[in-house]
Amino acid sequence: MSLFRVFDVAGSALTAQSHRLNTTASNLANADSVAGPGGEAYRARHVLFTTAAAGTEGAVGVRVAGVVEDQSPLRRVYDPKHPAADGSGHVSLPNVNVVEEMVNMISASRSYQSSAEMMNTAKTLLTKTLNIGQ
Amino acid sequence: MNSRLDAALAFHQRALDVRAQRQQLIASNIANADTPNYKARDIDFQASLDAALKSGTPPGALARTAPGHLGASNAAAGRALLYRQTVQASVDGNSVDIDVERAQFADNALRYEANLMFISGQIRGLLSAIQGQ
Repeated sequence: MSLFRVFDVAGSALTAQSHRLNTTASNLANADSVAGPGGEAYRARHVLFTTAAAGTEGAVGVRVAGVVEDQSPLRRVYDPKHPAADGSGHVSLPNVNVVEEMVNMISASRSYQSSAEMMNTAKTLLTKTLNIGQ
Repeated sequence: MNSRLDAALAFHQRALDVRAQRQQLIASNIANADTPNYKARDIDFQASLDAALKSGTPPGALARTAPGHLGASNAAAGRALLYRQTVQASVDGNSVDIDVERAQFADNALRYEANLMFISGQIRGLLSAIQGQ
């Protein structure tokens, strides 16, 4: 029954998008963390989406292939009084682009909504299919 | 007599099957709206239904006479997966247009429901013929 696969596909999308939303939340929360793990400033993280087979007949779900750290240079701000300032008086701040993260957040939540609606539609159709002939 | 009843319902049964498969395909398009390099897929409903009707065997009718036989999905027989033409290409190689997919998803769901209504009507007609009232 193909319609049951819609739940697998939409469910995988929900998982992937909530992972993306989590990553965005982590980036926004750490937008000013001067000391992350390893002593260096926090680096923005991004999820990588890839397709994942969810059954037969060409239907594919989505999964998170991994989370990568943004390798773009950290923001350097001149602030000699800051406790984390280096010899030249500069502080390294995270390379989180807040505008980009906000856009990411909206996009993820819209995609999440679409998937949730897809599940609802599939559920309605299946319920009606169960009521054939009544 | 049973085969008569089967024949009466066969058309809508196959149509529902193709609709369900299309629903699944569009669902995967929407799910992968943010996946880089994903290409949106769809089927030509009319051609698929024609192929399903010509294939003769009802869906799921393949006999598996030995445990080693693979379960062939004859539901997919003759249904060519096509790629959707993009109107606005995106930089990451993804060809999903979310508006088109959402519209097609709703359209397909509605037609699926219409199909269910046809089947229900047909069953009601058959019942009244059987009962002779």
